[in-house]
Formats: sequence, structure tokens, C-alpha cells
Amino acid sequence: MSTTFEVNGKQVTVDVEPRMTLADCLRHELRLTGTHVGCEHGVCGACTVLVNGEAVRSCLTLAVQAEGSQVTTVEGLSNDADLTPLQKSFRKHHALQCGFCTPGFITTAHALLTEEPDCDADRVREVLSGNICRCTGYIGIVEAVLDARQHYKK
Amino acid sequence: MKLPPFEYACPTSLNEAVALLVSHQGEAKPLAGGQSLMPMMAFRVAQPTLLVDLRKLNDLRGIRIGADGVRLGALVRWRDILDDKRLETAHPLLKAAISHVAHYQIRNRGTVGGSIAHADPAAEMPGICQACDAVISVIGKAGARQIKAKDFFQGALTTALEADEIVTEIHLPAWPATRRYDFQEFARRRGDFAMSGVALYYDLEGGKAANAHIGVIGVGDHARRLSKAEAVVNGNAVNEALAVKAGEAASAEVEPQDDIHASAAYRRSLTGTLVERALLAAMAR
Repeated sequence: MSTTFEVNGKQVTVDVEPRMTLADCLRHELRLTGTHVGCEHGVCGACTVLVNGEAVRSCLTLAVQAEGSQVTTVEGLSNDADLTPLQKSFRKHHALQCGFCTPGFITTAHALLTEEPDCDADRVREVLSGNICRCTGYIGIVEAVLDARQHYKK
Repeated sequence: MKLPPFEYACPTSLNEAVALLVSHQGEAKPLAGGQSLMPMMAFRVAQPTLLVDLRKLNDLRGIRIGADGVRLGALVRWRDILDDKRLETAHPLLKAAISHVAHYQIRNRGTVGGSIAHADPAAEMPGICQACDAVISVIGKAGARQIKAKDFFQGALTTALEADEIVTEIHLPAWPATRRYDFQEFARRRGDFAMSGVALYYDLEGGKAANAHIGVIGVGDHARRLSKAEAVVNGNAVNEALAVKAGEAASAEVEPQDDIHASAAYRRSLTGTLVERALLAAMAR
């Protein structure tokens, strides 16, 4: 099926089977391998992307359902020349080790901080409960997100 | 796992959607947010041959609040409920329950219609529908009909829906401003499936509880009301002693099963504790 949507500001048209998830479409059709696929059934959060600005699990979204949407992946949040303030904060607070879960945490935290730049630690923990990290532990991640809040305040 | 193959259709009218469901003789499924259906397909628990995507049916969106209560279009997402400030007074119990639904990313896509059609025994929305005497509107090839919540939920992942029927709306009756309520749920990790959950409310008549409704989730094969525990509450002043008695009645009334998350005995005890806590919290509101 031919499907057209926007990824990181560029319009793309892909020809995919209906069963292809948005995650696999981004990785295999569009070569945007920053979006990681962990559990493939909606519990780990590694595949989180933004659809129309909202964090969603791209393994629980079909590529054909993205028709007409604006999709943002972790590649679309980065700044080629330098790390973004949120990414810098992750580095500063040692909020990653192997890095597999990191794109999901970055996209989720970006959506949260964009909408709620004044969120507190409880809210950060509640929102990040939908993402699993199996090596770092969550303390550094929560601290990194809290520290990045200042860059999202208008 | 990757999803099994299926055909996909994205109709622009309800009639077209129903016709598509009819055309595949029970092998087609409506797709709303997909937050339960897609994992079910990944696990091969469901293998529909056609998915009928409802996303273009904008008539199924929207939260309407009127004198007769709250009407939730089937495609209303959890996020829409949490973002709607009107519901803080129009239906605070709904709002309290929905904050427990799954995780942030799932709440951005999951829908009320999808949740009740899926009918997970531990899901919050079926518990709210049962506790609040919701009426569920559906449409199929035989036309539109309305189903009371108590008749809608029939077992684990089993509802009164025919294979060609689509949920269109959930109606929650009007919520009096003075109503006392609370929602309590226990899961090992926030957002995970509840081992037990309680949605309850009562009205006050001359300082005594009346019209008590106690809904439970996660204990037994579907959400249900606890009429015996409700009877303990009705006609009495709510205090700590009554909360303990109602909790004991609830423990005795539920019929939980053992599974990998908790034993039946644990769930029974937990439900009593949650009823007790919910009553005390409701009293303090």
C-alpha cells in the first residue's frame, strides 16, 4: 500500500504491507535506524516516536496509519553540529550506558518537556514508567530530564 | 513478533465500516487506537484477515457533556479525557480512573471504545462502565442498539458485541456535584495491569450513604459490581468501622483466580483493602 506522511520535516511516500509497523517502516524503508525495536508489543518504549507532536509507540502503530501525519524520530530531534540541550543533559548525568533505550527516552522526554516544562520529579517518573532501561538505572535519566527543563521554558 | 498478514481498509463512513466487517464474515476487526489489538496480533491471539481502521470516522470523536451526563465518542483517547478540564466536575471518577490507564505513550493512542471492545478483565474503563451504569451504543448490520454495561461485559475478552458491530459511544449518566467517590488500584509498577482495582461512589442522604456503586477490576474474568458490599454501605454513615465491614464483604464477594501475578487469596484480600481505602478517601472528599 502506498502511504504518504512527513518524517522529520520531509514528505515521504512508502509502499508497504499493511502489517508493517511504523517502527519497521522507519528503520527498513527509510533507513532511520535511530528508532529502536525492543519488545515489539508495546511494553519497552524503545520505539517511541512523535506523531503530530505526541509520543507514541511506533511498534503499536501501523505505517499505513501514519498517512498524512507528521512523524518525528530521534534523528529529527538532533542537531547535526552539536548535541541538543536534552542530549547534553543525558551525557552530563550519565543517563545511558549501552544506549539501546536512549532514543525512546529522548523522544518521550522531549514530548513531555515541550508540553510540560514545569513538570516535577514525580511526573517525570510517571511518564518515563513507559520506558524500560536495563543497564543504567533510572536515577540518572530522571535527573537528566529534570535538568533539561530550563531549556524548554519559554 | 512481526504481525501476521492482513488486509487493511480505512472507510470514511460508519455504514462503509460495517459493510466491510460483514464482508469478512467474522474474520474482520475494527481498529481504533490498536494499543491492545496490535499486541494481541503480535502474539497471534488474534489473527483477523481484515483490519477496518476507524480513524477517519470523526463523528466518533469528542466528549459531549450535557444535563444527562457524559457521552464519550468511541474514538476518545485516554489523553483527551485527561486533558478535558470540564470532566473534573462532570465526571471526576472517570478522570481519576483514567490516570491509571497504561503508560504515557499508550494514553496518546488508546481509545475508550477500543478498551471496552477488548474487555481486558484488569482494564479500568470496563470498571468505570460497570460502576457507573454506562450505556454503550453500537452499530452493526442489524442497525444501532444500546447495551447496558452489565449485559455488555460477559467474560475475559468477551462482550455482547456481534462480529459486525462497532462501539460508537459510551454514555455515563449525570454526576451529582455532591457525590462522594474514589478510585483505587494496585499494580507492581505504575501503568501495569491492576492486580485489583476499585471504582466506587455513593450519595449522601441525611448524613447516610445511599445509591452505593462499587465496581471492581482485575478480580474475576470481567469487571463487575459488588452488590453485597454495596448493601453494607447503603443506609449507613460512612466511617472507619463501616469501611472495614464493606471491605470484608467485598473480599467475600469477589471470585478471583490464581495467575502468575498473584494468588486468588491475595487478590481477595487486596480487593477488601482497596474498598476500605476507597471508602475512607471518598468520605474525606
